[in-house]
Amino acid sequence: MPEKKIRVLIAKPGLDGHDRGAKVIARALRDAGMEVIYTGLRQTPEMIASAALQEDVDVIGLSILSGAHNTLCARLMDLLRAKGMTDVTVLIGGIIPEADIAGLKKAGIAEIFLPGTTTQAIIDFIRQRVAATPQGA
Amino acid sequence: MSDKAGKEHIVPASAARGKPSDAEREWEQKTLGPALEKSPDRPADFTTVSSYPIRRLYTEADLADCNPERDLGTPGAPPYTRGIHPAMYRARLWTMRQFAGFGSAEDTNRRFRYLLSQGQTGLSVAFDLPTLMGYDSDHSLADGEVGKCGVAVSSLADMEALFDHIPLADVTTSMTINSPAAPIWAMYLAVAEKQGADWQKISGTLQNDILKEYIAQKEYIYPPAPSMRLVTDTIEFGAKHTPKFNPISISGYHIREAGSTAIQELAFTLRDGIEYVEDCLRRGLAIDEFAPRLSFFFNAHNDFFEEIAKYRAARRIWQAVMRERFGAKNPRSWALRFHAQTAECSLTAQQPYNNVVRTAVQALAAVLGGTQSLHTNSLDEAWALPTKSAATIALRTQQILAHESGVTSTADPFGGSYFVETLTNEVERGANDYIDKIDALGGMVAAIERGYPQREIADAAYRYQVAVDRKEKIIVGVNEYVGEEKPIEILQIDEGVAQRQAGRLRRLRAERSNDEVGRRLKALRKAAAGSENLMPHLYDAVKAYATLGEICDAMREFFGVYEEIAIT
Repeated sequence: MPEKKIRVLIAKPGLDGHDRGAKVIARALRDAGMEVIYTGLRQTPEMIASAALQEDVDVIGLSILSGAHNTLCARLMDLLRAKGMTDVTVLIGGIIPEADIAGLKKAGIAEIFLPGTTTQAIIDFIRQRVAATPQGA
Repeated sequence: MSDKAGKEHIVPASAARGKPSDAEREWEQKTLGPALEKSPDRPADFTTVSSYPIRRLYTEADLADCNPERDLGTPGAPPYTRGIHPAMYRARLWTMRQFAGFGSAEDTNRRFRYLLSQGQTGLSVAFDLPTLMGYDSDHSLADGEVGKCGVAVSSLADMEALFDHIPLADVTTSMTINSPAAPIWAMYLAVAEKQGADWQKISGTLQNDILKEYIAQKEYIYPPAPSMRLVTDTIEFGAKHTPKFNPISISGYHIREAGSTAIQELAFTLRDGIEYVEDCLRRGLAIDEFAPRLSFFFNAHNDFFEEIAKYRAARRIWQAVMRERFGAKNPRSWALRFHAQTAECSLTAQQPYNNVVRTAVQALAAVLGGTQSLHTNSLDEAWALPTKSAATIALRTQQILAHESGVTSTADPFGGSYFVETLTNEVERGANDYIDKIDALGGMVAAIERGYPQREIADAAYRYQVAVDRKEKIIVGVNEYVGEEKPIEILQIDEGVAQRQAGRLRRLRAERSNDEVGRRLKALRKAAAGSENLMPHLYDAVKAYATLGEICDAMREFFGVYEEIAIT
């Protein structure tokens, strides 16, 4: 039986339009055999949470470079909890000050990938994480 | 559609070489051959950061078709390959213009006054994302973003605070504002008027380049047609009222940051320029009436020689476009003036002090390429907006180049170099191929609607990432020479800015004449529905303290909003 493909939602929350990272990651995950849905730009946490629910994804990857991560992530995590989606792995890639990382992890973000991370490191992290999650692959 | 439009990717090919000299052939056989047998090339990738192949050696054989008089000329004369001023930096150094903006107008005003006191020679305003998207600081979509990427400016009151005690008659200001460029410029002009500065004399630059927003940076509000109208409105208004102000800075910087190659950056930028010129001509403006005030903005990336070649090729292509395509007669229309900024995308979060060195090399390329003004990035920008001390080092980097390195003593120091001249020719040819292709697609707006430049850039960005992941491209401190890290001090944006901005907007709406604002917004809506120049109406609206959000909303009603088809 073919293995179920890992489903990933790549999202750009907030007003920022710099989408190089989001697009590169979307393509790398797709090349690694994952099912990738890219939301496009300027998604509110509400839009991201409902897209994640609708698409039944294992992973949400947020690309944030604008400094708005604390506000946006707190709201997204609240919404996911309210929808009972606690098994979805949420990742951030982007420009995140070191001092904010502990707070983001406490809010439920599984990992924060800073500039310079290889795409392979992200692929490996997602595979391990989804394999360890009961609802995952 | 022509053959060119049908071809998917443009792969720049090295130029055919002329016949090598006897001496070169002899060297190859008798000297190089045995040397390589003993000590072969390193297993390195001898390509530029754009993956452009570089040959082992360049000689006169590479320049067989070169006619120095025709292709290089002299500094200050067409084709401007060697620079647009006869005396270049001997007469006047480039403008040291550091992009800055964070928090409230008062916070940024303090940083501006500090930078000016340290010898900076021009201002450059970074606006926050709500401002760039035409939302007031108290809009729900502004939540978490106020003052983060730049300064929050929601009304003329904020603009007044931003330039408090900064005489606009004496300082030149660049504003990185695109979709709402017209209303933001109206606010700037209103501050100038209040200070008593003569519009005929004030100078600065409005970025105002919407095409590269659709292509790369993606901070657009309206669809292309009304956006182009707003750009042309500002160019037309500027030609009449602010003859020393650059109403647009046609920008490759963001195209490159989005992952393009150097050739793509150059080609898409110049083709954007052609699109703006064509729109102005359709409006009925004469080419030499506005072309002298068109300005450009390029990236200064890691690959030293490729960048120098890019700037030299840019000048040569633009003068040909102006003379041959548009029949411009005024030499000031032919000369491409540009600002450069070192590459933010090249900065590493790892071992951030290395970024000072990267920035210095990039800045040197911009200077050797003949830039008119320069921004150097700060070492901490892969983490956050720069601290005051990091911004000071960035400014000092330019001052060291200007006063200690000796590179300012002669114009175009690389002129005549076999390598730089060959690369300049090849970059020029590669860019012209792209320009032809976009012409064949029906122009830049048509190409954008087909996703053509967006896809070319996304492909290049992905190829680069794969090369870095495979270590075909080495990034010191990231995929090689990795070491222990200690966190650096970074700038914290005061989280109270959003609240204070909201309070200020509440007071503004209570204290201004809302009847007057209503009347002026109504006039703006009426004008937007017609075809007249919107600048006078925008000016009237900002003077009555209509907010940026109110003004942009009034235009949204008629213009609609743009949604892109996301390409991954």
